[in-house]
Amino acid sequence: MNKVIKYVIYDILRNKFVMSYTLLLLLVSLAFFGFEADANKGLLSLLNIILMVVPLVSIIFTTIQFYNSYEFLELLSAQPIGRKTIFLSQYLGIGISLCLAFVIGVGLPTILLEGTTKGLTLILCGLLLTLVFVSLALLASVCTKDKAKGIGIALAIWFYFSIVYDGFVLTALLSFSDYPLEKASLFFTTLNPSDLARIIILMKLDISALLGMTGAIFQQFFSSILGIFIAIVLLILWIIVPAWRALAIFNKKDL
Amino acid sequence: MIRFENISKTFGKHTVLQNIALTFEQGQAVAIVGPNGSGKTTLIKSLLGMVIPDTGSIYVDNQNIKHDFSYRSKIGYMPQIGHYPPNLSIRQLIEMMTDIRKGIIDSKQLDFDIIKDFELEKIYEKKLGTLSGGTKQKVSAALAFLFDPQILILDEPTAGLDPLASEILKQKIFKEKNKGKLILLTSHILSDLEELSSHLLYIQDGQIQLFKQLSQLKEEYDETRLSKIIARLMQVKLSPSLPQPYWV
Repeated sequence: MNKVIKYVIYDILRNKFVMSYTLLLLLVSLAFFGFEADANKGLLSLLNIILMVVPLVSIIFTTIQFYNSYEFLELLSAQPIGRKTIFLSQYLGIGISLCLAFVIGVGLPTILLEGTTKGLTLILCGLLLTLVFVSLALLASVCTKDKAKGIGIALAIWFYFSIVYDGFVLTALLSFSDYPLEKASLFFTTLNPSDLARIIILMKLDISALLGMTGAIFQQFFSSILGIFIAIVLLILWIIVPAWRALAIFNKKDL
Repeated sequence: MIRFENISKTFGKHTVLQNIALTFEQGQAVAIVGPNGSGKTTLIKSLLGMVIPDTGSIYVDNQNIKHDFSYRSKIGYMPQIGHYPPNLSIRQLIEMMTDIRKGIIDSKQLDFDIIKDFELEKIYEKKLGTLSGGTKQKVSAALAFLFDPQILILDEPTAGLDPLASEILKQKIFKEKNKGKLILLTSHILSDLEELSSHLLYIQDGQIQLFKQLSQLKEEYDETRLSKIIARLMQVKLSPSLPQPYWV
């Protein structure tokens, strides 16, 4: 399998889009750490950017990359390698390249300027989020042969998790505010990878008071080692399950 | 060498292949002909494992291709349009394809004829994204022949090539045919097919209308030119009110 991954990574790393993405992340990180005297505030501002930009870039780039290499995937499938190898080489090739971009763009400045556990948590969450949205993008891509439709679905997924979902949860919590919803809100969070990442970092930053009513419950749950561990496992499930579904579909797909 | 047993395939409501039963033997050079959308590409793709048939099985050297991809090391495939990772060089693409076959094929047996004849070494370090359509086609041809496969599947091999390159490729196909390889060709350029092939497979509406030796066909129809034969074949199949095929 690594026979193909090597070349996929080599191809993507020289892609201008990925280079610009790395540069953008690097500029944003340096700017936030430079402008904010308080490193905590710097991390927080960076977090907000990461929660929007990383999923968006990951999901759109992966989808476009998949459709652009469609004919190449066809040619690969005429070679003596299995569909699983082809899929995983694409997945890992894209995933590793985007993670590398994130490590250079956000990881390095964060470690150099704020190398605490808080900083490391931010990096870990960013990497996990990248992989989650690569998985979701591939799932969207294998579902339809039409490029425009695929990109549309990918954008809709991003829009849903990054913007719409919070609105739904908030509406639900408000409409049923007479009931004890702490447990429910905890459950809702697990259904959104962006929220999971956000909460892990906010808890690490010790500013959960900002979260208001449900903050206490989150604090109780997520601040413990177990809470963080569970959240990370959930994020990993968000990586594996869509990727596994996408692989199953790709295996039976007519190219 | 290749056996199709009752292959059927539908895309949605549309039946693309209908109970295809076929056997190709070593040494044959088969021209696959049929109108657009007749199922030629689907037939080729199902042989390559890109399309999975609804029913039936395909055997290559008596090995069912369904759950085993190793048979593909015997096949050289040249797609109609080659799209490659834009930032890789020709050298890297060739390295990758060789890497994939590491352990399956002896690297000493590589066939660099096409690469030499097309003078691809001169542009070995060029990025694939910067190549013209014709040059990409040359790269596709080079890859198809590189591993000296027993079976060659060439989808519109000469489309997009300049006359000189097209002649070089035809010479190469001819040479491989004389070595006793199985060659499957599709093309809309009938003169090419006539030069290169020994058999004609005519597909229409997902069914095999005819699979015969070219020399035999010429006798039967008392025609010396393939285009005339195909025109007559199509006239039989199509209703007379339809316009004649464009090549007549």
